[in-house]
Amino acid sequence: MLSFQPVESDNFQLPPSMADTAPPIDKAYDFIFWFSVVFTVAITAALLYFIVKYKRKPGVKPEPTGHFMKLELFWTITPTIFIFFLFHAGFTGYIRNATAAEGATEIRVRGKKWSWEFEYPTGDREPGELTLELGRPYKMIISSEDVLHSFYIPEFRMKRDAVPGQYSFIQFTPTKAGVANVFCAEYCGTSHSGMLATVKILPPAEYKEWEKKLGDCQGGAEECEPAKWGERLFVKNGCTTCHGAGGTGEIGGSKSPGPKLAGLFGRDENTTAGPVHVDENYLRESILRPNAKIVAGYATVQMPPFVMKDKQLDAVIAYIKSLK
Amino acid sequence: MAAITTTPGAHHDDVDPNASFLEKKGLMSWLVTLDHKRIGIMYLISVTIAFLLGGIFALLVRAELLTQGKTLMDADTYNKMFSLHGVVMVFLFIIPSIPAAMGNIILPIQLGAKDVAFPKLNLLSLYIYWFGACFGLYSMINGGVDTGWTFYTPYSSSDPAHGGVGTATSVIPMTLAAFIMGFSSILTGVNFIATVHKMRAPGLTWRRLTLFTWALYATSIIQVLATPVLAITLLLLTMERFLGLGIFDPRLGGDPVLYQHFFWFYSHPAVYIMIVPGMGVVSDILASFSRREPVGYMAIAASSLGLALLGFLVWGHHLFVAGMSEYATMVFSALTFLVAIPSGVKVFNWVATLYKGSISLQSPMLWALSFIFLFTIGGLTGLFLGMLAVDVHLHDTYFVVAHFHYVMVGGTVMGFVGGLHYWWPKFTGKMYEESWARVGWFFVFIGFNVTFIAQFIMGSRGMPRRYYDYLPQYEIFHQVSTFGSWILGFGFLVLMVMFIRSLMNGKPAPRNPWGSAALEWQTPTPPPTFNFVKDPVLTRGQYDYQLATDDELYEGFDDPLFPGLRGGKAPVKKAAAEGDHG
Repeated sequence: MLSFQPVESDNFQLPPSMADTAPPIDKAYDFIFWFSVVFTVAITAALLYFIVKYKRKPGVKPEPTGHFMKLELFWTITPTIFIFFLFHAGFTGYIRNATAAEGATEIRVRGKKWSWEFEYPTGDREPGELTLELGRPYKMIISSEDVLHSFYIPEFRMKRDAVPGQYSFIQFTPTKAGVANVFCAEYCGTSHSGMLATVKILPPAEYKEWEKKLGDCQGGAEECEPAKWGERLFVKNGCTTCHGAGGTGEIGGSKSPGPKLAGLFGRDENTTAGPVHVDENYLRESILRPNAKIVAGYATVQMPPFVMKDKQLDAVIAYIKSLK
Repeated sequence: MAAITTTPGAHHDDVDPNASFLEKKGLMSWLVTLDHKRIGIMYLISVTIAFLLGGIFALLVRAELLTQGKTLMDADTYNKMFSLHGVVMVFLFIIPSIPAAMGNIILPIQLGAKDVAFPKLNLLSLYIYWFGACFGLYSMINGGVDTGWTFYTPYSSSDPAHGGVGTATSVIPMTLAAFIMGFSSILTGVNFIATVHKMRAPGLTWRRLTLFTWALYATSIIQVLATPVLAITLLLLTMERFLGLGIFDPRLGGDPVLYQHFFWFYSHPAVYIMIVPGMGVVSDILASFSRREPVGYMAIAASSLGLALLGFLVWGHHLFVAGMSEYATMVFSALTFLVAIPSGVKVFNWVATLYKGSISLQSPMLWALSFIFLFTIGGLTGLFLGMLAVDVHLHDTYFVVAHFHYVMVGGTVMGFVGGLHYWWPKFTGKMYEESWARVGWFFVFIGFNVTFIAQFIMGSRGMPRRYYDYLPQYEIFHQVSTFGSWILGFGFLVLMVMFIRSLMNGKPAPRNPWGSAALEWQTPTPPPTFNFVKDPVLTRGQYDYQLATDDELYEGFDDPLFPGLRGGKAPVKKAAAEGDHG
């Protein structure tokens, strides 16, 4: 099994740098940081020096203010020159990162309340976990199924809004094996802060191994027992952000946006389409077409539809059945 | 220049020209007053209540973030708390804070006028503000909003009750509140522009205006030009949510990024509605407490107008990662950097004003100096965000939160509280205890920096904003920040007690406690209803310390008609005062 060491950052202010997009941004960041330090220190020092030196003393009059045209021109023109450099440093880094390498692998990223789903070129979909090959150029095609989200990987220094009704793009080549984070950076409602995913960057050999089992359960026989795999899929698909951890119907002690799943199987429920007996077919329909029969009292928050392979569906249903 | 001049004979018959404007008692004397100072005081009380309310929301937000997971409240409540903090602080407090409250009290006096140009319109602005605030309160009682103060679509406009994907909270009343309060802002702007143009006392040329007046003038232009765009935007949002009109929601054929363009076309200039008046306050305080005309007077005045103009050209920098073309981002980044030039000009001139001045570190000056320091950090961190490459990483993280708090709190609130300390003796007629003022300042200054420096660091390390929960590596920064918010809150508590003590049993304030040469300090304390006992004629500028005598600086200009109205010690006869009244 793979083991992931957390990657340490060598800069206190920034997360570790794990893609080719990070160094140009870090360079620009360091430049503006030290520029700002110099200015702040100079202005503060002048301020403090004058306060002490020209403290009000009896009998000492302030000097009347004269006209200092040259001085005014100096501190208007000098910053104008500085900002050209700052603009240049920011713009070159930005344009470099906005250009995809030839033959980049395209991965579709879909944001929905409140999870991320990644679709690989094979058509396989993986929720909550993006697996990448070290050194391979990628292009992310980002979209949203409901409201605004923003796809953000701090370790890559890359961010782009997921806008419903259009596509947006980012591109990068991972340069370090390990684990990075995906955050949603555009506020999207109740579980905005739970809309996370993991990025796993694998060396080529390990990536080949992983690719073979793409869409299937990864791991040993015990870990791939349907209910156990289903539990992992349940978490990765972001189901917990609406139904609570373990489908308890509670988040932080309050009623969660989605109904309680524990003990649901085999019960009779009132839904928008009349009474329903909860069996495998109802669960399957509720995952694939969530708004067909909404449990009474939960119509205000709408669940996005999920696309899964039959095997994955079986595992998730097995997990929900196991919840008591 | 055709300034409107009036003579004492033009006063209303029922107003005693010598009586303080505070003399009339009773609720009705306030509610139907046309006196700009009384209207200003009612604004001041209103925005202070809003500030306390917004502050409580902020402390609750910080308290919730003290530990990972749930500390006090669930996610929905937290989302409402940060949204209400933003809405209340922006629309109810910070936009009207300096212009409508302090500007109303001080601007006409600094112009040597009896009142603003349209006193009835002025009272109407206040009532519109209250009317809008009622809608805001209704929304809060009705459960509040959880959209953030930005009301981004489609989350805000797509109502689940009609099959939408957005929020089910009370959005329409809250957007209507902001819509209505916008009119109050517009009318105040119109009023101030007319007042500055037409109501200046004889001899008060444009070059003799105070920098506070210049700042309010620049602000008023933005208020009049930008606010209608917000009104249209919020109206469209309401129509989409209520009637299903497809403007912003892609399901209805709209474009969510269009909303962001519309919203920031107002809300970026609004940033200058917030900060430019604070800069004006600081310019005046620096002059009074260094006894010196600000260096580069015209440069500071022009930079206020420059900021007002440039403010309209940079809204796109809020959309660098939102789905704009690369060309548009390039243009907006370049324009954004231009803002640094007038901002820098102000800071350099302020620092130069101290050089060879006669500096007194009384409490208003402490706030003005804090403004310069904190605004410098706020401004420079703005450059980080203007740099395209760096913004892609920092956008929507706590770095942005810290940046705009350094500008809005480190700038505007420091200016507001500093101005309050500075003008308090003039409009209340009472002094406050300097020792309390210093203690309060100390806690606010330290608490503010602790709160927001921690946020800079967690932001650049990737912590996104508006998060109810966070990963373990950010916990230490959140804890430091929350601890800082308690110090900050304590500082404001000290100041509140100090001001209340001053009202209850403060020592009577002299006419000119700070020894300033500006016009508002030359009239009795508190001023009479028509501001001056005799219509002032200016023969020199309001910063001409070299032309004022010591006696004038401490006692106010001699007034041969009403010598008894001077505060402090008995008048000293002097030849120089002949024909030289402020």
